[in-house]
Amino acid sequence: MERDFTKKRARPVEGLMEGLLFAAAALAVAIVAGILYVVISEAAKFFAEVSFIEFVTSTQWTPLFDDAHYGIAPLLTGTFMSTLVALAVAVPLGLLVAIYLSEFASPRMRESIKPTLELLAGVPTVVYGYFALLFVTPILQRLIPGLPGFNLLSAGLVMGLMIIPYIASLSEDAMRAVPRSMREGSFAMGATRLETAFRVVFPAAISGIIGAVILGMSRAVGETMIVVIAGGQLPQIVTSPTQQGATVTAFIAQVALGDIAFGTLEYQSIFAAGLALLVLTLMFNFIAFGLQRRFREAY
Amino acid sequence: MTAIDPTTAIRDITAHPKGLGMRRFKDASFIVWGIVATFIGLGTLVALVGELVNDGGHRLTAAFFMSFPSSDPAQAGILSAWVGSILVIITTALIAIPIGVLAGIYLEEYGPKNIITSSIEIAVNNLAGVPSIIFGLLAVGLFVQVFGLGQTILTAGVTLSLLILPVIIVATREAVRGVPQEIRHAAVAVGATKWQATQHHVLPYALPGVVTGVIIGISRAIGETAPLILIGGLTFVAFLPVTRPGDPTFQIIGAVDEYGAPVTPEAVERITIDHDGVVVMPDFTEMPVEAGQTYELPHGATVQSIATVGDAVASWSPTNWLNSEFTVLPIQMFNWTSRPQAEFLEIAAAAGIVLLFITLLLNGSAIYLRYRLRKSIRW
Repeated sequence: MERDFTKKRARPVEGLMEGLLFAAAALAVAIVAGILYVVISEAAKFFAEVSFIEFVTSTQWTPLFDDAHYGIAPLLTGTFMSTLVALAVAVPLGLLVAIYLSEFASPRMRESIKPTLELLAGVPTVVYGYFALLFVTPILQRLIPGLPGFNLLSAGLVMGLMIIPYIASLSEDAMRAVPRSMREGSFAMGATRLETAFRVVFPAAISGIIGAVILGMSRAVGETMIVVIAGGQLPQIVTSPTQQGATVTAFIAQVALGDIAFGTLEYQSIFAAGLALLVLTLMFNFIAFGLQRRFREAY
Repeated sequence: MTAIDPTTAIRDITAHPKGLGMRRFKDASFIVWGIVATFIGLGTLVALVGELVNDGGHRLTAAFFMSFPSSDPAQAGILSAWVGSILVIITTALIAIPIGVLAGIYLEEYGPKNIITSSIEIAVNNLAGVPSIIFGLLAVGLFVQVFGLGQTILTAGVTLSLLILPVIIVATREAVRGVPQEIRHAAVAVGATKWQATQHHVLPYALPGVVTGVIIGISRAIGETAPLILIGGLTFVAFLPVTRPGDPTFQIIGAVDEYGAPVTPEAVERITIDHDGVVVMPDFTEMPVEAGQTYELPHGATVQSIATVGDAVASWSPTNWLNSEFTVLPIQMFNWTSRPQAEFLEIAAAAGIVLLFITLLLNGSAIYLRYRLRKSIRW
């Protein structure tokens, strides 16, 4: 029998698979929508009870006291302080590693160092928390007399070590994306590798590098377990890293560790704190993505 | 504009070699700085392993793996924690792998360039940057409160699968993108449909890259603590969600805190015993008990008996463990880390060794796989 090649055969599997694939991909949008819905709707209930003015201006966060105050400032200072310490460790070290790997190391060195550093990013954060509390804090206490057993310095330092691989690997990618011709131009003018790295490659890759640092920062802001274990969980306005303090994430975890009674103001307060955290990290991510796109399009 | 003074010009040129030596020295010494920075990173890893092994290495015995948590640190173990971890991870993998791989294929092979596809891409990118504790808020607010899934293994598995979804999607996309266009053209040219070409030709080549992403995602889920704290994983769990004949079964009398100590130490309860076994009192003395007898037992006591075939059959169903309460390794470790007694810190370190071993092994094999992949494939 002759087949009619002008007719298209019905292929139900094709349509089915395409539908399935689309549904799986669209789930990502649904998850984001779910997160936004849950956090915003519960936070809205919180703000119906507590004024937004109080939330942003009060300098006390004491939701568990009889005289309850709901000022996010103490939690934000805790988060900023631990993040600042983390960046003070991770930015110089991460960038040194990145410049070394991208401009100096032989391909074989790079192939073996990069994956080993990536192992640092795979260590569970609860293990880092233990390490901060029982290894780093005792060492710091010997160096800084009078340092409390819980402090944001130790938590921040370990957090910094944790984000070195993120910053190093992403900035190395940015620097390696700088075209070879630019380096060759610099060498031809008589510059050394170091001068080329700092005056040609680094400035050319700067938007990608800043993007990497912001992504690392976003990690540090969202990190929970290290600060819960080593940071002290005491919400107060933090002015020095040697103080103990609670971060936004630590507060959420601390409330969850007690018995949460659903629907109470205390329960809603963790969503208000979560909203602040979400706004902060999403803002960082948008800036970082924007910057990284810019460096990709530059050449 | 001034004329060039020949004397200074000559001095500049003759001065040049001296400066060059310094510049070369700086150049070479930067390598030292780079290596020092690298070794600080690697040193952290060594110090981390050293600290854990030093603190808890001696507690890694067979009994540690086969004992339930206890308020007595000398007897406490991680049995319910590692069984819980395995069950949670199975649930996570069953949800996250198919969805993540399908979504990755859609974005790379099927998605038309339009606003819907780009909004999916933005969603995936942002999910990757959402702090893990926010997923815990989603779990409490949506899965526990709205869907009524309870504080169970199923909730934990679903939550962690959402958390690692972006990792798997991104890895799948990269792996699929790496398959050359000619493979697709060849398949379609001999009459394959789009899905046939994807299924039989693109996916097999992309598989190693996909597997790498899956391993890294699973490893992350194993170590994740924060979102599980929110859905109430921090409980004193002295039972297994699956029962087999011969397993010890545990019945805890009265309310106990998260370490297994009685909340009201003086209270007693009348309990009728189902099987022969022993009762472990709150002071860890043991008392043999017989089936059918009724005893007055203080709160914090644990009735231990051996599960019979009948128990196993009664408790078994393919999915009953999904609705069981649970604990997992990182939560167990966190629980012990937050206790002041040194003995609990020792077992926290021992649990940390197990956790670190598993995650480093998984990450290491993923890295090795990726390295092999880069070397072996030359299109």
